Amino acid sequence: MLKTFKIVSICAAVAFATALAFAGEPIKIGVAGAHSGDLASYGLPTLKAAQLIVKDINANGGINGSEIELLIEDEACKPEIATSTATKLVSSGVKVVIGHICSGATKAALPIYRDAKVIAISPSATTPDLTQSGDYPNFYRTIGSDAVQARYVVDFTLHTLKAKKIAVIHDKADYGKGLAEYALKFIKDSGEAKVVLFEGVTQGAPDYSAIVQKIKRFRADAVIFGGYHPEASKIVSRMRQKRLSIPFISDDGVKDDTFIKVAGKYAEGVYATGPADVSQSPIGIEYREKFKQSEGKEPGAFFDNAVTATLALTNAIAKAGSTDPKAVATALHNEEVDTPFGKIKFDDKGDPIGIGFSIYQVQEGKYVQVQ
Amino acid sequence: MLTAKDVRQALLIGLWFMFLTFPLLVIKVNTIEDTIIWRWNNMFIIGGVCFVATLALRSGRRLLVQKKQEDASLKNSRLSSRIRTHLHHKMVYLPLLSLVLLFFILFPTQFSTYQTTIMTTALMYVVLGLGLNIVVGVAGLLDLGYVAFYAVGAYSYALLNLHFGLGFWTVLPVAGLLAALFGVLLGFPVLRLRGDYLAIVTLGFGEIIRMVLENWSEFSHGPSGISNIPRPGLFGLDLSLNQSIIYTYYLMMLMVAFTIFVVNRLQNSRIGRAWFALREDDIACQAMGIDKTRTKLTAFALGAFWAGMAGVFFAAQNTYVSPKSFTFLESAIILCVVVLGGMGSIIGIILGALILILLPEYLRAISDYRMLVFGATLVLMMIFRPQGIISTVRRTYTLKR
Amino acid sequence: MYCYAPMEYFIELTFSGLTRGSIYALIALGYTMVYGIIGLINFAHGEIYMIGAFTALIASSVLTYLGLPLPAILILAALAAIIWSAAYGYTMEKIAYRPLRDAPRLSPLISAIGMSIFLQNYVQLAQTADYLPFPALIPEFDFLEPYAGIVGSTDLVILVVSALGMIGLMLLIKYTRTGKAMRATAQDKKMALLLGINVDRIISITFIIGSGLAALGGVLIASHIGQINLYIGFIAGIKAFTAAVLGGIGSIPGAVLGSYILGLTEAFATGYVSSDYEDVFAFSLLVLILIFRPAGLLGKATIEKV
Repeated sequence: MLKTFKIVSICAAVAFATALAFAGEPIKIGVAGAHSGDLASYGLPTLKAAQLIVKDINANGGINGSEIELLIEDEACKPEIATSTATKLVSSGVKVVIGHICSGATKAALPIYRDAKVIAISPSATTPDLTQSGDYPNFYRTIGSDAVQARYVVDFTLHTLKAKKIAVIHDKADYGKGLAEYALKFIKDSGEAKVVLFEGVTQGAPDYSAIVQKIKRFRADAVIFGGYHPEASKIVSRMRQKRLSIPFISDDGVKDDTFIKVAGKYAEGVYATGPADVSQSPIGIEYREKFKQSEGKEPGAFFDNAVTATLALTNAIAKAGSTDPKAVATALHNEEVDTPFGKIKFDDKGDPIGIGFSIYQVQEGKYVQVQ
Repeated sequence: MLTAKDVRQALLIGLWFMFLTFPLLVIKVNTIEDTIIWRWNNMFIIGGVCFVATLALRSGRRLLVQKKQEDASLKNSRLSSRIRTHLHHKMVYLPLLSLVLLFFILFPTQFSTYQTTIMTTALMYVVLGLGLNIVVGVAGLLDLGYVAFYAVGAYSYALLNLHFGLGFWTVLPVAGLLAALFGVLLGFPVLRLRGDYLAIVTLGFGEIIRMVLENWSEFSHGPSGISNIPRPGLFGLDLSLNQSIIYTYYLMMLMVAFTIFVVNRLQNSRIGRAWFALREDDIACQAMGIDKTRTKLTAFALGAFWAGMAGVFFAAQNTYVSPKSFTFLESAIILCVVVLGGMGSIIGIILGALILILLPEYLRAISDYRMLVFGATLVLMMIFRPQGIISTVRRTYTLKR
Repeated sequence: MYCYAPMEYFIELTFSGLTRGSIYALIALGYTMVYGIIGLINFAHGEIYMIGAFTALIASSVLTYLGLPLPAILILAALAAIIWSAAYGYTMEKIAYRPLRDAPRLSPLISAIGMSIFLQNYVQLAQTADYLPFPALIPEFDFLEPYAGIVGSTDLVILVVSALGMIGLMLLIKYTRTGKAMRATAQDKKMALLLGINVDRIISITFIIGSGLAALGGVLIASHIGQINLYIGFIAGIKAFTAAVLGGIGSIPGAVLGSYILGLTEAFATGYVSSDYEDVFAFSLLVLILIFRPAGLLGKATIEKV
């Protein structure tokens, strides 16, 4: 108790001293995403990553002498809440935002940030339009877009698995359907294989045997699935139970250990794309360890991307010398920064240069990188 | 005050809840990491809380009964009607109204833009609630898919703007009419249905609209939604974000005022009385020579009309629409606004909307428990005041001799 | 492309439709029983089913930890799920619906919506919002191996157990004293009271039986799909409710029939048209049937007197 008190008072004293010494306004960074509800497991790692890094920076005297203050907003991945949280952040004077987490919420919030000239950097919003449409010059992300990911999935299915008749299934949601549509387009463009089935399944339905029978009926020799692990595990289990052993290739939403646990033995052999493996990178290890120390468990989804986003953003602010959007943007585009993914910067659309995808396969109950 | 019997009862209830919540509250399993956590202290907290709460409730109820007897219950029930007559008195009514009006007019100047956005949303629900009230409260047709019309309005603005560049002011009436058209479309097949059959068909209708928006990508851009919808314009002036939020707020206020005016007029019109008659007894209503088909259809159409307009405001305020915003839960919340506020009562619905939308917003401080409290509030409210916050006063006529 | 035997495909789709139908039926029965007796759409019924699945998950985890054999775990977990779900159903009726028995018609409905929101968040706070893997409690039968492409072990168990449950319920309602009392209460509450039936008790029993069946459904489905989260109740609940209305709400054979029709419609819609619009088909079918039979397939059209 006494110890905590001491630490708190020292911190307070330090903060007070820095405040006096520089008398600078703190740099306000917004952190927006899902921190509650069923998608919290995607949003909370990002929040933690930002908090860990900012704590370090503030302990070292802040950026150019100014402390960083995080303004945390929860929008539960709901677009209509995201717009009001974005307004809240903007009206409290935030100039840079880490977030949002889900593509839908990000899309809803971005026009508000754009009009207020706020820079937003997302660790996980992958809808290609966000950068490719050119509508949001203020948007950056530290994850490859769905188009890039779909390209990986399709190339792997066509060239490594040599599939000729492909069934493309999605979960009718933003992420899954978007990815599936890109996969459909790339397969058609390549002319090397035929898409025999392109359909969405209803999320949360109790049984997917009808769609599995349909895959069987059309004699597909590979299934590409766009969506998250709950639906993927149901479909894969059904396929294997119906003795349908064709390859199942899916996306980042499935590259999750919960998938292996849920699908059990049926998960064996499933392919999924995911961000490149960074378990060997020293920066990645450093923050993973810090996370484990403070939380007592493994960091979850998008943690490395969030670390990257926070590092890139704080680095850009430091290089720019202020939170002036133009200067920060220039720094983001031009200054390379050391991250768990290696040295990265951003192209003129806001997509990261240096962050790619890998293909993983479930082998003996673990995801193993195969390409 | 409390007898041994009360204590014994409370003890039993405490024990029952300890048993009831035992698996879910005490044992926490995580089948991903294969861990089982036992949280025994939760059990005793629940037991204790239930014990104390029961005792408090029992003694509270007894006090109330006693007081009622002392007060001579007649007087008590007169109190609310006396307040009502006072409210109708011009001396009280006008200053009160102008105070409330002043509060709403000054709101954006006194609070942050964020608060203003929330208030705009709450006002949107006032319009939605008043619209649904025509269908549910006045005409007595239970509609669980009201959100469909809201979606029609929002998507009308988004799509008409995207393809034809139509502005907010052009689309506002168009969207209302389109929604009304959909209301008639829904109305036809359900003319013969009553009560709960009507409820499930309207629910299905709401879901169908949402699913079409989700699956028909070529038309609606699918689940990824439509962004970059312009905010309402003001004679081509270039508004900053803050200004345009405040401007939207005032527009919404005008919209609410307009809705209140029209709905009030409607309720006291010929068609309004036909709706009331339909609600009370549809066979008797037919016997009185009221065209049942036309009455039902106008109720659906005029109810949907307001949802369509509110949808345009929704799209303009958020600058983004996606099917995710139009789920069944949304219909349920609008229905809660109507019932909680008091069916058929305009002031009640305004209060209901403000409470239901602002409550979760200000409960954010206890964010984890927010929806838990929300659900419990709905249940408690219905138990203690099933007729809603403000019960309807029907216009009565007294014969003068 | 269509070299696959059409008959075999049809049979496969039929089985997948029947599986879905059985699941819906177990939940729909609870809706229809409660509606038949007190005329309430119990929106929180789906949450009872979800709580059943969670209780079974917790029980099976604890029992696995204690090292019991699989069949014992299956039976005990199902039993725990049924007991606690029934207890929740009973308590819910006492708290949220009994005080509202004479209130305006919409009040209990709002109370039910509130209860549903409350229970979902209660489970979220007490347990988790994430998906949890559910152990495969139902073993795989070797004798089904040749037919694996058509029907799996869990499908068979679901079909058989739900059929047994429904037959049991019908016998109970037809032949026992309680069943007779339930029918009497459904017909006329006041008259039943005059005849010396303890109406409150009968209503409680209805909630207990309905909740128990829903819990049974919860356990079966959870071990079939291998995972649960707190939203499963809502989705299944809406579908089961649709099925109950389709068959004529208040009628027990109607709920079963409606569930199978709904399940088969969805399976055939997916199989022959597209799964993109399977729910659209389901709801359109409902509207169509209700246009021609406004009280559902087996529901009695009541003539109201002024």
